Amino acid sequence: MSPTLPLLPDPWLLGLAGGALIGLAAVVLMAFHGKILGVSGILSYTVSRTPTSWRVAFVLGLLLGALGVGMVLPQHFGPPLLQGWGAPLAGLLVGLGSALGSGCTSGHGVCGLARLSKRSMVAVAVFMGVALLTVWGVRHGL
Amino acid sequence: MGSRRVRWASALLSGALFGGGLVLSGMTDPARVLGFLDVAALGTGTWDPTLAFVLGGAVGVTLLGYRLVWRRPQPFAAPDYDLPTATRIEAPLVLGAALFGLGWGLSGLCPGPAMAGLVGPFGWQLVGFAMALLIGLRLGRWVKARF
Repeated sequence: MSPTLPLLPDPWLLGLAGGALIGLAAVVLMAFHGKILGVSGILSYTVSRTPTSWRVAFVLGLLLGALGVGMVLPQHFGPPLLQGWGAPLAGLLVGLGSALGSGCTSGHGVCGLARLSKRSMVAVAVFMGVALLTVWGVRHGL
Repeated sequence: MGSRRVRWASALLSGALFGGGLVLSGMTDPARVLGFLDVAALGTGTWDPTLAFVLGGAVGVTLLGYRLVWRRPQPFAAPDYDLPTATRIEAPLVLGAALFGLGWGLSGLCPGPAMAGLVGPFGWQLVGFAMALLIGLRLGRWVKARF
């Protein structure tokens, strides 16, 4: 687990603050563009033959924002834990699952739940459940 | 309807808040995410509730913010709100969520943190995951269009 500097509040408070910023990001996108903040969708249509400029701007902003905060809190980055072919396999599953399922943690988990969308509630329940089971299986044997 | 500059700047701002928020929240540390998903840790007192706080904060702000935003008849820089219209629970939704959950549970990474992590100290280590993610997205779109 990444340690926090002595001067910083609990990781839970930072989690809440970070979450609030994420929420603010979603509200800004809805206020100006009228769109749901779904990273999988944004990425999917950015890396395509005809990327839309607002999506490119969003991805650029994401990288800049992460870079900026990362300079103050570099310990908030952690190494990926999967080795070898496990990492690309997991990436493939996450990408495939997001596209088929029409969303990921930002699209369904944040925006979908905020909209009280039944589809998102189902999606979140399913991906949370499967994720919990997966970690259990990997760490504690099935 | 807003100018191109406003559209671009507001999207950039949204992205920056999002990317910054991800790092601030600690979601760019896969171990922390897995620490939440590891429910067995509840028994040993090592469970990490951070993700719950992140989601709570995010959903709370978004829920309230959306209500405020939707009082306006149209967005600042677009002609209309472009909200998802699907309502039925269908196979692709459930299957997709399951596959997503599997990948997420294996790695502790999802699209946002993976992208944000690319500009962090472990950026190079995330390239394989990120590229596979993009390929998976493409594949998923293709599959969805055909069924």
